[in-house]
Amino acid sequence: MAQIFHRSTNTFSRVWMFGGLFLVAGGIGLLLLMSRSSYATGEGIVLQQPIPFSHDHHTAALGISCVYCHWGAEESAFAGVPPTATCMNCHNLIWNQSPMLAQVRESYRTGQRIEWQRVHDLPDYVYFNHAIHVSKGVGCESCHGRVDKMPLIMQAESLQMEWCLDCHRNPEEQVRPLSAIYAMGWKPTDPEQGARLVAEHEINSKVTCSTCHR
Amino acid sequence: MSVDDRALPAKPPVIAPGHTSATVSDKIGEIVFRKTPRWWYFAFAGSFALVMLLLMALTKLVVEGTGIWGLNNPVGWGFAIINFVWWIGIGHAGTLISAILLLLRQEWRTSINRFAEAMTLFAVACAGLYPLIHVGRPWLAYWLLPYPNTMGMWPQFRSPLIWDVFAVSTYATVSLLFWFVGLIPDLATLRDRATSGFSQRIYGVLAMGWRGSAAHWHNYETAYLLLAGLATPLVVSVHTVVSFDFAVGQVPGWHATIFPPYFVAGAIFAGFAMVLTLAIPLRAIFNLHDFITIRHIQNMCKVMLATGLIVAYGYLIEIFMAWYSGHWYEQFMILNRITGPYRYHWWALILCNILVVQLLWIRKVRTTPVVAWIVAMFVNVGMWLERFVIVVTSLHRDFLPSSWGMYSGTFWDWATFIGSIGLFLALLFLFLRFLPMISIFEMRTILPKEEAES
Repeated sequence: MAQIFHRSTNTFSRVWMFGGLFLVAGGIGLLLLMSRSSYATGEGIVLQQPIPFSHDHHTAALGISCVYCHWGAEESAFAGVPPTATCMNCHNLIWNQSPMLAQVRESYRTGQRIEWQRVHDLPDYVYFNHAIHVSKGVGCESCHGRVDKMPLIMQAESLQMEWCLDCHRNPEEQVRPLSAIYAMGWKPTDPEQGARLVAEHEINSKVTCSTCHR
Repeated sequence: MSVDDRALPAKPPVIAPGHTSATVSDKIGEIVFRKTPRWWYFAFAGSFALVMLLLMALTKLVVEGTGIWGLNNPVGWGFAIINFVWWIGIGHAGTLISAILLLLRQEWRTSINRFAEAMTLFAVACAGLYPLIHVGRPWLAYWLLPYPNTMGMWPQFRSPLIWDVFAVSTYATVSLLFWFVGLIPDLATLRDRATSGFSQRIYGVLAMGWRGSAAHWHNYETAYLLLAGLATPLVVSVHTVVSFDFAVGQVPGWHATIFPPYFVAGAIFAGFAMVLTLAIPLRAIFNLHDFITIRHIQNMCKVMLATGLIVAYGYLIEIFMAWYSGHWYEQFMILNRITGPYRYHWWALILCNILVVQLLWIRKVRTTPVVAWIVAMFVNVGMWLERFVIVVTSLHRDFLPSSWGMYSGTFWDWATFIGSIGLFLALLFLFLRFLPMISIFEMRTILPKEEAES
């Protein structure tokens, strides 16, 4: 009887069978990598803002405190984006003719807000309260990164659930004294400090579903 | 030894006399290659229409959510789990026939194991559908699997529902492998008998280069035995885990230690009923009386009778335990089953699963295919009712009378259920058309020796 298949079929099917395994494993690995990439999370990506505002310049160089603009950080569920009026406190006196700030002055005159792009945007199914995190000793830097080194602001962390849970499960690795909340580049004084602070701040970070998904 | 053998009354043969290797191959292989009979088109079209109904019900489900079903509080589990348990139970006969009866060298299994295994696969496919769709967002059903996800969470390993994921996926994998490995020598036979180049190639790829050399047979026998060994514990473990879905929960009517053995017996009971339901018409349609003999039907009836009695014992123990526990919730649950709003379901269940089955004590019933088929149909219905009674009557009377409610399936519940029966039948008809429904090479091995060589 004539052969149905060419003899190369043997090699081909062997390669395909064993190669198929690697293909499947590699495909799954690729998906897992992609789900953590900045493409999926937005981590480290600078969003196009209406005005190229520099956090680096305003905080590190000029020494303006975070809460001067983000006044809700300590007491509100949202840290908040400042109104144009906050900008104009200074910019009606300095750089008040700068063409770069024309849009700020325009916004101030008309009352039309500047359309900043939100950088740290959690999904709507997550309940998040900014104030409780700050008052229990989570510093700005822990979630927002070295803002003092960002000429253009960007999301410093993945904001994925595993990232939230990392800290909720082991808060002692992240908490700092309340006096150091706004400090950048802060380091714990000794390895036991975290555990002491957890007790001192009465931190009971929860990991039940309904803590965040209410 | 031979003296003792002669002293026993001779058993009826498992294959009719007068067959040789060639006639066996012809008879079974010919079914695949002859012109598609007209009835096949009608049967396949009918079941395919039901598959369309299933797809319609599933589309509606994905668009609107589980609200289209009859679920409510307190009955949060309904048709989805009833049908899941019903289908997965049906699958068990295939595994029992192919694995345990193989290891026990029951050679009568040979002529029914192939389509019983196919039945297992298709039943598991139908069963597997329900857990996936009942999660509400089926596109996220992969969350059931433990994998390093970005949520930083594992599934709840203390929940029997996650044990189910492993039990059922293992079952599906092993059943598929077992079935496919068993098919390889027959696929080679079909490849060699195929006349068109297309079917030669398709069967050739599936036969994976089988040439029937001694080395091939050696590897094959080893692999098949190993797979049988792997599949054997699954006969017991899968439905045990399914029963844990209920038994681990603290609901009167579910929280019972009898559940695992009683579920396993029920599964084999239901499975053999389904094998009979399929085997008896197939035997008549394809004229396979020589291969599926009265002895096969008798044996299957006996297995049904034995497992049916275990199931009946399970029902009795449930009632006994309600009394023996001295616990008013348990006692209320049993009384409510027997006399409550779902009493007709319960009594119908007793009729189908216990009373009708007792007919199988009569030899005449076991040896008359039509009657045996009717008994098997009763069992198919009865086992569905059993799951309905367990799920619904246990839930509908909650601990607080203020939370009591009633449950019934909606149009979409029924459409999904009937659609899944259509899916099962459609797969079965495809199988009958394109693959040998009886293992050709194994049938050759049970031929009387001198005839095989002639």
